[in-house]
Amino acid sequence: MILFNTILIGLKEIWTHKFRSLLTMLGIVLGVSSLVAMAAIVKGMENGMKEAMIAMGGLDKVLIEEQKVPIHQNHLRDMAPGRTIRDVIALRESAPLIRIVSPEMGLDRVMVSRAGKWFRPSEVVGVWPEVLEMNLYELEHGRFFTDLDEELAKNVCVIGTGVRDELFGSPQEAGREIIPIGEQIHINEQPFIIVGMFKHYESEMERKIREEGLQSHTATAGPSRQRGWGRRNWNAFWRKNNVVYTPLNTMWVRFRAATGTNNVPYPTLSDIDIKVHSLEMLEPALQQARNVMMMTHGGIEDFNFRTQENQIEDINKRIKNARLSGGIIAGLSLLVGGIGIMNIMLASINERIREIGICKAIGATSGSIFLQILIESVVIALLGALAGLAASKGLVVFLSELAPSQNTPVIQPQVMGIAVLFSGLVGVVAGIFPAIKAARLHPIGALRYE
Amino acid sequence: MALLELRNVSKIYTLGGEVIRALDDVSLDIDGGEFVSVIGPSGSGKSTLMHILGCLDSPTHGTIQLDGQMIHSASAKQLAHIRNQKIGFVFQFFNLLPKMNVLQNVELPMIYAGISGARRRERAMEMLKMVGLENRARHRPSQLSGGQQQRVAIARGLVNDPRILFADEPTGNLDSHTGEAILELFRELSTKGRTIILVTHDPEIAAVTSRRIEIRDGKIASQVDPRLAGLDRVATAPVAG
Repeated sequence: MILFNTILIGLKEIWTHKFRSLLTMLGIVLGVSSLVAMAAIVKGMENGMKEAMIAMGGLDKVLIEEQKVPIHQNHLRDMAPGRTIRDVIALRESAPLIRIVSPEMGLDRVMVSRAGKWFRPSEVVGVWPEVLEMNLYELEHGRFFTDLDEELAKNVCVIGTGVRDELFGSPQEAGREIIPIGEQIHINEQPFIIVGMFKHYESEMERKIREEGLQSHTATAGPSRQRGWGRRNWNAFWRKNNVVYTPLNTMWVRFRAATGTNNVPYPTLSDIDIKVHSLEMLEPALQQARNVMMMTHGGIEDFNFRTQENQIEDINKRIKNARLSGGIIAGLSLLVGGIGIMNIMLASINERIREIGICKAIGATSGSIFLQILIESVVIALLGALAGLAASKGLVVFLSELAPSQNTPVIQPQVMGIAVLFSGLVGVVAGIFPAIKAARLHPIGALRYE
Repeated sequence: MALLELRNVSKIYTLGGEVIRALDDVSLDIDGGEFVSVIGPSGSGKSTLMHILGCLDSPTHGTIQLDGQMIHSASAKQLAHIRNQKIGFVFQFFNLLPKMNVLQNVELPMIYAGISGARRRERAMEMLKMVGLENRARHRPSQLSGGQQQRVAIARGLVNDPRILFADEPTGNLDSHTGEAILELFRELSTKGRTIILVTHDPEIAAVTSRRIEIRDGKIASQVDPRLAGLDRVATAPVAG
């Protein structure tokens, strides 16, 4: 009851000094809105990073990499077999904790061409159908490779939309969908038939740019040209859209026929990717894979595993840093807001010394005076926090307008809660000193105060 | 037993190295229902006496008993409680809270007493009716005349039904006509059995009361006490406690 009345008196006090209270709240408003907006932007950033991570095949993808044999096995290094299809088959048969195994045989420095147009794709790889699930691809047009394509090493390929854009023209320019199924292209001068094309993949950022028809690059003067040579773009989505896949056997027979020994083309794979059943079982699954590979490699450890854990850690670290710097800035504004509140509360009790004296004379204890000042301070802080929450929405919209190609900021309710709680705390801390000062006033001295 | 018992009460300040005996060994009894005036020139110590009697201040020496309760040694919190429950104040400058309306001002002591809202409203209206201001309940103090403000202050002073009502120069800020009306209100309250202690420097006002205590240099200089000497006879010798 007393508490309710005290809050009411506090609100009245704030209402009496509307403008002053508003100015006082401003610090808290800025603090809360910057905290919430900052968290929203960081969350958007995080979403962008996770999106790219999934574009590269998801969190549960593990790469089996080649490595130099360990020093104690250095004398066996000529016998190291490297990663071959034997490993793939062995893993598939003998490692039940592993869900999919996808071999890849890549070709370096490839050019694909059609009708005088040349293009260097992100990668040209011979694969098994497992690659679809491994790298999270979906076919939009045509088909993927059949067992016959693989068996007969047919010259067929499946391409990403980026390759289509380069060789056949992009739908945006042509104004119509271009489906090059059945067309012939040349990979390093060898003719291949396109049998399928993947979906177009893009980040949220690129989608926004496309939908709003914004120019991501500034216009360049002179004839149209590509800027830079080779790997001009490290964007995960660009790489995903610019692949050319062929059957594994085709790659082996067509492009490695001139290598190897005893009439057998060089059999080493450029990549083996595996996916485990569940991330919780990552540790034992990798152990199982290692055991199998040690068998097939005759005990020579010329391979290791690279998981996405590192990338996740990296992302988390960057997110943490962004949060920290944003949090510090917002925390400083809140601190400044708190100082403002303390200042105004001190001024306010100085104005009300006589009133406090009256209240004490008619029976207010020091405790109730303390509570009243403290509640006033907290009420100012909380009102500021609520205004800050409203302002953060505006701030986020404003920031999205300012940089529309960025990832959409995501306002999180729990951050809002934390911000309000924190402002309440700031109100308490800012109110304590003025409240003590008010509570300690002697009734007679306060009554006589002019 | 008297309602209020002072025994050898002293209040000593040091102000700039100088020792000031604002009250010097004062003993005094006040019974329930008495209408007492404390009179003396400014600086005589009458305000100090009122502050100590009103539990706003504690004495340096001596004992005070109010309604059977020792208050010279009470804590600040206990004193606040006593002020709230047993004492009502009326000041020269009315001392109403300017931001609250009349009703809220009268309700305020009951808020600190923890009385529920409906009961507060009812009781406050009752008190306003008693002082004849029930139709001014929603006005701000600044919208009332001085006499009306003082009536509100009296209503506030009596709202918790205290044992004693202290009035410190209650007419000092009013014109003589209004002051007269306020004094009349006090007299009326007194006849209803209210204990009232009126502090003033004006002998004319003090004449209204049945008992006059004159303070000079921190001591009781003289008393007109109907119990000791009959009405209207001045006892010239200081009365020992």
